[in-house]
Amino acid sequence: MRPARLMQGNQACAEGMIAAGVRFFAGYPITPSTEVAEILAEELPKIGGKFIQMEDEIASMGAVLGASLTGVKAITATSGPGFSLKQELIGYGCMAEIPCVIVNVQRMGPSTGLPTSPAQGDVMQARWGTHGDHGIIVLSPGSVKETFEVAVACVNFAEKYRTPVILLLDEVIGHMRERVELPEARDIHIENRKVPACAPEEYQAFKPDADGVPPMAPFGEGYYYHVTGLVHTYGGMPAGPGPITDEIVHRLESKITRAQKDITLYTEDGIEGAEVLVITYGGSSRAAGAAVKEARKKGAKVGLLKLVTLWPFPCELILEKTKHAKTIIVPELNMGQLVGEIERYTGRDRVVSVTRVDGELFEPEEIVEPILAAGGKK
Amino acid sequence: MALQINKKYCKGCGICVAFCPKQVLELDELGKVYEKSPEACIQCGQCELRCPDYAIQVIRGAKGAGQ
Amino acid sequence: MAVIEKYLRQSALPHIWCPGCGNGILLASILRAIDKVQLEQKKTVIVSGIGCSSRASGYMNFNTVHTAHGRALPFASGIKLANPELNVIVITGDGDSTAIGGNHFIHACRRNIDITTIIFNNSIYGMTGGQSSPLSPLGAMATTSPYGHVERPFDIAALAIAAGATYVARGTAYHAVALTDIVAKGIQNKGFSVIDAITQCPISYGRKNKMGGPAQMMQWQKDNAVLISAAAKMKPEELAGKFVIGQLHQSNAPEYITEYEKVLAKAQGRGGEAK
Repeated sequence: MRPARLMQGNQACAEGMIAAGVRFFAGYPITPSTEVAEILAEELPKIGGKFIQMEDEIASMGAVLGASLTGVKAITATSGPGFSLKQELIGYGCMAEIPCVIVNVQRMGPSTGLPTSPAQGDVMQARWGTHGDHGIIVLSPGSVKETFEVAVACVNFAEKYRTPVILLLDEVIGHMRERVELPEARDIHIENRKVPACAPEEYQAFKPDADGVPPMAPFGEGYYYHVTGLVHTYGGMPAGPGPITDEIVHRLESKITRAQKDITLYTEDGIEGAEVLVITYGGSSRAAGAAVKEARKKGAKVGLLKLVTLWPFPCELILEKTKHAKTIIVPELNMGQLVGEIERYTGRDRVVSVTRVDGELFEPEEIVEPILAAGGKK
Repeated sequence: MALQINKKYCKGCGICVAFCPKQVLELDELGKVYEKSPEACIQCGQCELRCPDYAIQVIRGAKGAGQ
Repeated sequence: MAVIEKYLRQSALPHIWCPGCGNGILLASILRAIDKVQLEQKKTVIVSGIGCSSRASGYMNFNTVHTAHGRALPFASGIKLANPELNVIVITGDGDSTAIGGNHFIHACRRNIDITTIIFNNSIYGMTGGQSSPLSPLGAMATTSPYGHVERPFDIAALAIAAGATYVARGTAYHAVALTDIVAKGIQNKGFSVIDAITQCPISYGRKNKMGGPAQMMQWQKDNAVLISAAAKMKPEELAGKFVIGQLHQSNAPEYITEYEKVLAKAQGRGGEAK
């Protein structure tokens, strides 16, 4: 482990990206994500990486996709309003299978909302913000250290599955400072996109391997191919309705869902034998964790499941961990976005949704109360 | 013949017919280009230059052209 | 034709453009320019937006990217910055580059990033059936200007020059040979190059504006184009209704990639120039 440092969440994000091999950032200033851009503006050139502040959020996303096509790991960072602007090109990244990471440091919405207040209101948008059926991977860390680790995981998943990946931070984790001990570079596992084993004449840029992911040749090496957002053949050329379309739409989703186990990151504590289960994620997991501790002191048998991977939704994990719980409590800094997915698999009867949308963080008591109420205690 | 015509590519737009300085070309009953007066062709290359569909080419050094 | 064969994806032909559309002529002119300058085929990347113009990239045998509407320049900028060894050529349309892509256009000019952009300018949105574009003339007919267009068009050359492009030229489908020359010069310019390539859309623009068929529209290009050297000697009345072709502007200015290379040197303590 490297020596302990006091670090901001956004900084841990930037450092995680660098550790994962990211060497290109294009972005636009927007609170509360701007520190990611500023840190990378300074750090990337030192290691031969490239940074550019583009003219708007859409241009940033375009530049990231372009850079990735040359074989470079590329990311951008933004918040709600910028995340909304990027949606069309995020979908392009899905269709054209271009690895990249979009960091969304969530703030209160909708619209301009509260630029400096936390929220978790973009969970559904991260899944469905871009039009059309598509698969996507979304991770949400709950601490500064976890932000570093999740940044690495996001880049790795993007490379491995040839897809855009969304890192859902929020204003509280992004801007808080914690003492962290980061791993040594040699202890960090890095994934790189598959490159073709065949000769250029035989290469088909969108022909999947057995794992559903096509190898990706970088530009500039004689592997000529066409990249388009239109539905396309294995060779990348535009195609029409029918079997090719059916196959591609299914594969863009299945290449990710079949890897659910590999993609699903989470932590758990004390679920065995607990009657009450708190399912939490992201910034509100801090209050949830404190609430669980407090409730246990008061005699409650309560477990904690902290999801890091939100999409593809870890339904198997949820089914497994909620099997014996009589009550499932889901605190979210939104009007209840992930809770609907949970209810879909557990049934609505057992689930208690705890929401807060005033731009403030949960007080642990707000979560302690329903835990105790569920156990018949007060 | 000094010209090579690919009828599969030709869309019968008439540009080559209009700009041929020697009126060599015409559109046939199916609307595709053909050499009406091949002996008049001077291999100037205007048809090849202005065909949007790469359907007509001058065969360089071909015999039987007008010059 | 023999010259450009290796640069075409033959299996994708015949292309989708309408009979008489000038885009195929522009495409061949660009390929001849690439050949003239002897760009390394594997190091050349073609990036296009969305529209009839932007279907060109699919027919070109290089690394090609058919992006989203208006977004060719951001993709191209990312490609060039990430790998400056690549020669990046952008093919876009008048709507793609000056309407939805307008912001990216002026910033690419301002950065003077070493990319060559060819605007397939047919004064209309062809792919979607003939709507007006920011380069449609005042009074022109279009499906969304059924009473005649009430907006003035951009002077695209003036816009590019004011925004900072260091090479600006105009050509037409009729003047295909000259077009190859200006595209070649644009590629050779180390900076942002803009080539306004006037082309005919006989099916939408031509029919709605009673300009005759493809050959007549190209005759119109021939009759109304004035070479810049000739235009300099003409009176304003003589130039009314005409448009100027040839090299319109060339200048020197700091080029983005070169400047960023200094940043890399400075950040790595290799003694870049402090500016």
